[in-house]
Amino acid sequence: MTGKRLVRMTVNGSPVEEAVEPRLLLSDFLRQMLGLTGTHVGCEQGVCGACTVRLDGRTARACLTFAVQAEGSEIVTVEGLGTAEALSPLQEAFREHHALQCGFCTPGMLMTALDLLETRPGATDAELREGLSGNLCRCTGYEHIVAAVRAAAERLAREGKREGPP
Amino acid sequence: MTEAGPVSDAGPDNLAARPKSIGARIRRTEDPRLLAGQGRYVDDLQPPRTLHVAFRRSDVSHARIRGVELAAARAAPGVVAVVTAADLEGLARPLVAASRMASYHGTPIRPLAEGKVRFVGEAVVAVLAESRYLAEDALELIDIDFEPLGTVIDPEAAAAEGAPLLHEEIGSNVLVERSFARGDADSAFAAAAHRVGGRFRFRRKSPGAIENRVCLAEWDAGRGSLALHSATGIPGILRDALCEALDLPGHRLRVVAPDVGGSFGGKGSLYPEEILVSVLARKLGRPVKWTSDRLEDLTSTSQGFDEIIEAELALDADGRVLALRAEVLGDVGAYSIYPWTAGLEPVQVVGFLPGPYRIEHYQAHVRAVATSKAPTGPYRGVGRPAAVFATERLMDKAARRLGLDPKEIRLRNFVRPEDFPYKIGSGIVWDRSGFTECLEAACAGLDYPALRERQRAARAEGRWFGIGIASYAELTGIGSKISVAPGMPINTGTETASIRMDSTGGITAAVGIASHGQGLETTLAQVVADTLGARLEDIRIVQGDSDAVANATGTYASRGAVLAGGAAILASRAVKEKLLRAAGHLLEAAEGDLEARDGRVAVVGTDRSLSFREIARAVYSEIGRIPHEAREELEATRLYDPYYGTTTSATHVATLEIDPETYRVRLGRFLVAEDCGRLINPMIVDGQVHGGVAQGIGAALYEEVVYDADGQNLTASLVDYLIPAAPEVPPMTVVHLESESPTTLGGFRGMGEGGTIGAPAAIANALSDALLPLNIEIDELPATPERLFRLIRRAQGETPGNS
Repeated sequence: MTGKRLVRMTVNGSPVEEAVEPRLLLSDFLRQMLGLTGTHVGCEQGVCGACTVRLDGRTARACLTFAVQAEGSEIVTVEGLGTAEALSPLQEAFREHHALQCGFCTPGMLMTALDLLETRPGATDAELREGLSGNLCRCTGYEHIVAAVRAAAERLAREGKREGPP
Repeated sequence: MTEAGPVSDAGPDNLAARPKSIGARIRRTEDPRLLAGQGRYVDDLQPPRTLHVAFRRSDVSHARIRGVELAAARAAPGVVAVVTAADLEGLARPLVAASRMASYHGTPIRPLAEGKVRFVGEAVVAVLAESRYLAEDALELIDIDFEPLGTVIDPEAAAAEGAPLLHEEIGSNVLVERSFARGDADSAFAAAAHRVGGRFRFRRKSPGAIENRVCLAEWDAGRGSLALHSATGIPGILRDALCEALDLPGHRLRVVAPDVGGSFGGKGSLYPEEILVSVLARKLGRPVKWTSDRLEDLTSTSQGFDEIIEAELALDADGRVLALRAEVLGDVGAYSIYPWTAGLEPVQVVGFLPGPYRIEHYQAHVRAVATSKAPTGPYRGVGRPAAVFATERLMDKAARRLGLDPKEIRLRNFVRPEDFPYKIGSGIVWDRSGFTECLEAACAGLDYPALRERQRAARAEGRWFGIGIASYAELTGIGSKISVAPGMPINTGTETASIRMDSTGGITAAVGIASHGQGLETTLAQVVADTLGARLEDIRIVQGDSDAVANATGTYASRGAVLAGGAAILASRAVKEKLLRAAGHLLEAAEGDLEARDGRVAVVGTDRSLSFREIARAVYSEIGRIPHEAREELEATRLYDPYYGTTTSATHVATLEIDPETYRVRLGRFLVAEDCGRLINPMIVDGQVHGGVAQGIGAALYEEVVYDADGQNLTASLVDYLIPAAPEVPPMTVVHLESESPTTLGGFRGMGEGGTIGAPAAIANALSDALLPLNIEIDELPATPERLFRLIRRAQGETPGNS
């Protein structure tokens, strides 16, 4: 509607500069302007968690954030973890434990799980379930997701590593 | 968690001599792309010059459209077209879900409302603009003049004489009415020692796939062809329907379901929006895309269940069921959904009510009634979740009446091993399946006697701790003899697989089904690998594309593994025969001495062998290595029809406790013992069961689509329509019985819906069991904290307040 504004940020380690309408959602900015379609949109109401990204080190709902609000910030999306050819430890654990079916909630689930791995590395299953409660999955019944996050936490602790690209 | 169960010694299969990948926890082929954000869902597709659609939907329940004011919207920035039904006249033939059921009345499916609206959320005007933002801006500028015609919300009132009619030309809101009878139920009831009954209410649900519906149509004017990408589970059905609507032949209309973010039934029907984008892409010559939001999903995607079931059991003095009587009213919403019809859900309720039990006399009457709500359609479990809820509640009521344990009354009434095949009162035939074995395994898996002991201790402390059992059987992998909805003119009973080995030895297997989370690219490759003797990594599965095979429908009704798996076995065998013939020439050996394994053909007992790649190159490229007259292409297309289908069965056991202050229900353990025949990939089967149970937990405790008396949908966001999150779902245990189906190729039985079929009944029984001291029966789901509060307060002799 109104004039465009220049917005600059770092996305998955690369600097980005685009002119956007102030009302453009961060989710649409990532998906449509940058072509990073791994971030999904499931409700546009901040409930389902499919659009979860990392914004300056904390999880954020890309569907409730305007692109201009991310000015100067550092964004990590699912594309910033491993690649299809070289999955990250968390992604590997999701595959090993069949923690995804249709895959639509998966990017958001991974970004929330990444946060849990860093902030609550020794979480119990019940704590993991609470920690994942902002991300809805209709396919898995969560059982395998909890197992995958637990396994990833154990592996990272064992190997003394941090989650991220291998 | 998986526990190994007893494995049947029956071996009717004819798979490769040494199956390796069938039965193994193979990691999914689909996963790397989906985990890395490289999946391709429909909304990810952004062709140049795409027009984005936004709909002005009805905000009134049932009304005549007197006028529409569009001038301001047409003049809005970025708007290319504003379209009503009048603008579409002559561009598409209306589609009507047909049926041979005598009492049935179909309703036309049109891209936009014509003349009147019948539910809040029905699309009236489509705005096409250069971006979705601009299209939505223009919606604000549209005025519609509605003349209210009388809301029809309560299904019993809708079925009564004098109710406002949603479809005047039909003369009634009753779209289907059927009766089933076997034996003489009335006499059996008159002579019975015990009768138990109830009025069961299974409330309306929304499928709740996390990906909302989305479709994108592209018209290629130069070739006169249309490509529709849609988040659907039924690309084959859509192709055939749209060819009819748009008057195009199938080779010029392709429907692709790429990666699809779940369906649960909600993406299992043809939608008006899919017709609309197709018609407008052709008319305007630009790609036309519609991506729905959650509000649209919760108000216009097909909904599920919504029945009132009045049912009664007659039993003898020993607790053996003599007869079952039922009166079922299904609230099917405003339209008869395509292609399944309004009969799909309620008619299957009466079809499955007799359950896995020997019940000689059966009498049932069912009506499907139109109301001003979103149409109901397929929903994980179709008919069975509500039927099993009613029947399993009745079994528990009978056990309570006779002083029997819930386990014991089921054991006394199950169809016994010697009774198979057994025809139940509605006409469905159960083939051999582990009804008793599932119940025994479930009880053993949870140490049932110890649980009852724990319950005695909890009750002594005044706690509301309950244990609930639900046993059921379902028909899966249904063949051509029995279609999934009565009398439909489409064929859901066959599947085709087309398998070819190319000149590099690469194997492409094309099937007509469409995966939306089931992992079929992996499981079908396992089937092909074992049958053909190929390596998994050499196989690619093509699915979700109407161009893949000549005729197909899609994925629904727990049919993928049985039907596509069977077709893949047949086609793989045919390709293998050709491969061995070619190898016989190359290796100068008799075919009987050859063996295909791990992507090589070897002469048994020698070190002479050739890779598939070498054989393929010899067949296609190295002309002369195989005699001219013996050369044949390494491909085959085969159709599989299981004819009747097969029986899948399970027992679910839930434990739970009700918080006496908040009335929150905390599930303790949840165990499923199931018999889905031979497992192709146990990891994937576990995942399907877990997800189904979680959906059943939602149906039992949280999920309900609520329409108020004015027809407004009060649960149109995920804040109001509650899908279980991780803390609401308990750890689950799955026990596999794995008795191979005697009636299907490979011994597979269908699975995928089962979790949702058993869980609501198990939880309702566990809640009733917990509240036994108060004599409360849970006959309505979801059992929300508010409903529990009211039931408990009433039983305690206090009037529940309104606060």
